[in-house]
Amino acid sequence: MDIKQYTPAEYKSDQPVRWCPGCGDHAILNVLHKAMAEIGVAPHMTAVISGIGCSSRLPYYMNTYGFHTIHGRAAAIATGFKVANPEMTVWQISGDGDGLAIGGNHFIHAVRRNVDINLLLLNNKIYGLTKGQYSPTSDRGFVSKSSPYGTTEDPFIPAELVFGARGTFFARSIDVELATSQEVMVAAGRHRGTSVVELLQNCVIFNNGIHNHITDREYRADRTIHLKHGEKMLFGKEMNKGLVRDGFYLKAVELGTEGYTIDDVLVHDAHTPSNFLHQQLAMMDGHDLPLAIGVIRDVDAPVYNEEIDAQIAQIKSKKGFDTLRSMILAGEHWTVE
Amino acid sequence: MLEKADVKTIDKVVVRFSGDSGDGMQLAGNIFTNVSAGIGNQVSTFPDYPAEVRAPQGSLSGVSGFQVHLGIGVHTPGDQADVLIAMNPAALKQNVKHLKKGGVVIVDIDSFKESDLKKAQFVTDDPYTELGLKAQVVEVPVTSMTKAALAESGLDNKSVLKCRNIFALGLICWLFDRPLEAAIHHLHHKFAKKPAIFEANSNVIRAGYDYGANIHAGVSTYRIESEAVRPGIYTDINGNTAVAWGLIMASEKSGRPLFLGSYPITPATDILHELAKRRDLGVKAIQMEDEIGGVCSAIGASFAGNLAVTSTSGPGLALKSEGIGLAVMAELPLVIIDVQRGGPSTGLPTKTEQTDLMQALYGRNGESPVVVVAPASPTDCFTMAFEAARIAIEHMTPVILLSDAFIGNGSSAWRVPEADEFPEIQPRYVPEELRKNWRPYMRDEATLARYWGIPGTEGLAHRLGGLEKDYTTGALSIDPVNHEKMVHARKEKVERVAMDIPELEVLGDCNADTILIGWGGTYGHLRSAAEELIKEGCPIAFAHFRYINPLPRNTQQILSRYKNVICAELNTGQFADFLQSRMPGLQIKRINKIQGQPFLISEIKAGVKEILGK
Repeated sequence: MDIKQYTPAEYKSDQPVRWCPGCGDHAILNVLHKAMAEIGVAPHMTAVISGIGCSSRLPYYMNTYGFHTIHGRAAAIATGFKVANPEMTVWQISGDGDGLAIGGNHFIHAVRRNVDINLLLLNNKIYGLTKGQYSPTSDRGFVSKSSPYGTTEDPFIPAELVFGARGTFFARSIDVELATSQEVMVAAGRHRGTSVVELLQNCVIFNNGIHNHITDREYRADRTIHLKHGEKMLFGKEMNKGLVRDGFYLKAVELGTEGYTIDDVLVHDAHTPSNFLHQQLAMMDGHDLPLAIGVIRDVDAPVYNEEIDAQIAQIKSKKGFDTLRSMILAGEHWTVE
Repeated sequence: MLEKADVKTIDKVVVRFSGDSGDGMQLAGNIFTNVSAGIGNQVSTFPDYPAEVRAPQGSLSGVSGFQVHLGIGVHTPGDQADVLIAMNPAALKQNVKHLKKGGVVIVDIDSFKESDLKKAQFVTDDPYTELGLKAQVVEVPVTSMTKAALAESGLDNKSVLKCRNIFALGLICWLFDRPLEAAIHHLHHKFAKKPAIFEANSNVIRAGYDYGANIHAGVSTYRIESEAVRPGIYTDINGNTAVAWGLIMASEKSGRPLFLGSYPITPATDILHELAKRRDLGVKAIQMEDEIGGVCSAIGASFAGNLAVTSTSGPGLALKSEGIGLAVMAELPLVIIDVQRGGPSTGLPTKTEQTDLMQALYGRNGESPVVVVAPASPTDCFTMAFEAARIAIEHMTPVILLSDAFIGNGSSAWRVPEADEFPEIQPRYVPEELRKNWRPYMRDEATLARYWGIPGTEGLAHRLGGLEKDYTTGALSIDPVNHEKMVHARKEKVERVAMDIPELEVLGDCNADTILIGWGGTYGHLRSAAEELIKEGCPIAFAHFRYINPLPRNTQQILSRYKNVICAELNTGQFADFLQSRMPGLQIKRINKIQGQPFLISEIKAGVKEILGK
C-alpha cells in the first residue's frame, strides 16, 4: 500500500476553474480535494468521471485520471472503468439532470449492482449549462424557461431512487456545510460499493436560493439534522430537539416538553441492513421534519466488481486454462494428420 | 452388412435436416458436418431457426432446419439441397422450396398420420401431390425403428423419442459413406455426462446405418470428393464464436485484458454468451442495462487500459452512436461488433442483410471517422475480429466490425491456429523519452495515433473528454483553427490505417474485362458464382473487400483496369455508392437483394449475365 501522505493541492490540476463566481461547485471542488487527501489514495490511483453539465466540468480541475464524457453516461462509463481496472478508486460527478434524467437508467443500475464507485450528485434543481430549464428534481409548479406556467410533474427525491435501487450507501450534505461535506465524501470513499452522496448546491445564476428554506443561517440548525452513526438524533441551535418514534412515523420533539426526555430520542444506526428507517430519515425535507445531512445509510453488501474478480479466480483455478488454445482443445475437435 | 448397390461419386452435396424445433436437427446436422470435415470435406453450414421462441409442436412455425454443404470447392451452405430429411409434414412443407428438382427426400413416415398432416395445414391425405413434389421420396419408419432399437434400453418413451434424430443421422451416414465410429465419438463428447443417453444414441445410430444398408432403398449412395487439407487441429466454429475467440487471441497478443460491455440483441447475443463463458480465461464480459450502457462501459474499460469491445446489431449500433463519437474524440481503442440483420427499426431480426454500412461509416454527429472492416465468412470472423482489435489498439481508434446474421450463425470447420500464426499487437504506450513532458494528444508521427496512458501509472494522470482539445497541450480549446486541425488529424489517422492492411487481391480470370466485387459476408456466394461463370465460359475477375474504411490502397488501381465493375450486395447499393464517392468517375453496375436472405449463387450468375447482355 501507498503510505505517502498527500496534500489537497496534489489533487488540484493547473487548469483555471471556470464556474460562475458564487457557484456552489467551487466549495464542493475544494472539499473534494481535501477529502481525497484525507482518504490518502494517490492521485494516479484515482479516476474522476463525469457526464455533461456545469458540475461535470469537475474532472478538468483534478490532477488525477479524469474523463469528461457525454450526457448521462458517466455511471456506465465509471462501471466499465472500475470493472476493468479495479485497483483504481473511481469517483463519478453528475448533476441532477445528468444523473437522474438522461442518465437515470445508468444511475439506478449502478446503484443496484453496487459497483465500487463514489457518486457525487450535485443537486441544484435546475439545468444551468443550457441556461435555466427545470430538472427532474424541480418541485411541482416550478417556473423556468421550459415551464413558463409552472411544471405539471412531480420531482424525483434522489434518496428514494437510491433506496428503490437497493442502495448500500446514501449520504447528504449542502455546499455551504464544508465540514459535513468532507465527512460524507470521506465516508463514501471508504464504503465498498456504490456510494451516493447528494450535495445540495446553489446555482447562483439560474436558481439562486433554491435551497434557502433549509440553508439560510437563521434557521439552518432547526431545519437540518446532522446524523452520525451511534449518536442520538438531536438537532436545533441548542441541540434541544430530537427525533422520536411515533407509531410507524418519526416525530420531531423538543426535549422537556410533552414529557419527552433524551431517552426517547432515537440513536442513528447507519449500518443496519434494513432501509426502512433510513428511507424515512432521508425523506425528511426540512418542513415538518428536519432535512437529514450526514451518512444516512452505510451497509456492507457484495460488491459487483469484486464478485466478478472472485468468480474469475474461482473458475480459472477450477478449469485451469492458460490460453485460448488450451480452452479450445478441451472442447470438441479433431486432428488432420 | 450388404454391399451398396449403386455408388455415385460427386464433388459436392447439400444436405438439409429439418424437423420440429424439439427434434434435435441442429445436433444431427452438426455431427454430420463434423464427421465430414474430419474426413477432409470442406464444409459450410447454416442453421434455420424458427422465429418464434416456442411454437406448437408439429406446426409450420415450429420447423427448425440445418443445411450443410460438403465436398470440394465449397464456399457457401449451398443454394438448394440434394437431400432433404423431413421429420414431419410441417418440415416437408416448409423446406420443399429448399430442395433441388429431382433431389431425394427422406421422411419419417410414422409422423405422417392424419393429425400430423392437419397440424401442417395439409388439406388432403397426399402431401406429396399437394406440394407438387418432384423428388424421390424415401419413406422410413424412423419413429418405430427407433423404438424397436431401444426396446430393451429401459428408457422412458419421451427419452426414446428424443433419439429419432440420431436414427436419421445414422441413415444419412450410410447414404454418404461416413465413418460411424467418428459420429459415435462426437456423440460420446456430447453426452459425456449422460452415459445412458449416450448408450441409447450409439445403438440408434447403428440401427439407422444398418437400416440403410439392409433395405436396398432405391436410392444411390454417394462418395463425396475430399482433398488433402492442411494438417492441424480442427473444430467446428460459427461466426459469432469466431469473433469472440479472435478477440481473446488479440487480448493474448496485446497483453491487454479483454472487456465486453453488451446487451442482448438478435443475432449478436451469442458473442456475449461465449465471452461470458470465458471468465475461465479471465475475460470480463458484462451485460449492461441497455445498448448505451454496453458501449459506455466499454469506453470506460478502454480508458482504464483494457481491450474493450461492445457487440450489437443494427438498432443497437444506432443507440451507441453518441458513445462511438466520444471514443472518436477521446481517441481511445474500441471495437464495435455489428452483426447486421434486416432493418430498418426492428425489421427482420433473425434474417441477414448488409444494410448497416452507411450507418457504420457515417452514422454519428460531426466529422467522426472510424475504421470499418467486414469478415468474409464464419471462420474469417476470427481473423477480422483480431484485425479489428489490432487496428484499434495500434492506431488508437474505434473500429466497427460488420458481420451479419448469415456468417454469424453459419459455421465451417476451422483449423485452430498455432500460437505464432498471429502477430504480436503493440499497444501504443507512452514512450519512455516522452513521459516527462507527455500531453494526452501527442501523436506518433507515422500513424498519427496518440499514446495510451494507462490509469494507475504514476506521472501519466491526464484528463480526456468529448470537448475539443488543443492539438499540442491537450487542454480544452475552442480555437477555430485548432478545431479544423484536429478534425484533419483524426481523419488522416484513420486514412493512414491503409498502410497497415493488406492490398486487395484479384481472383478468378484477372484478364477478363469484367470484375465482380462485394464485401463482407457474401464472399462465398460471390466467389462460387465467379468460379461457375468462368466454367460456363463467361470470363470474370473477382475481388472481395474485407477492409472498407480505409479501402485497400490499391483499390482504385485494380478497379480502373476493368471495363465493367459489378458490385453485388445485400442492400440497395451502399458499398457501390461509397466506392463511387471515393473514386469519382468510376461507374459501378449493381446486383442487389434485400429479402433478408443470402444471395443464391444462381441469382448472382443471372445478374452478371443480364448486365453483360449474355
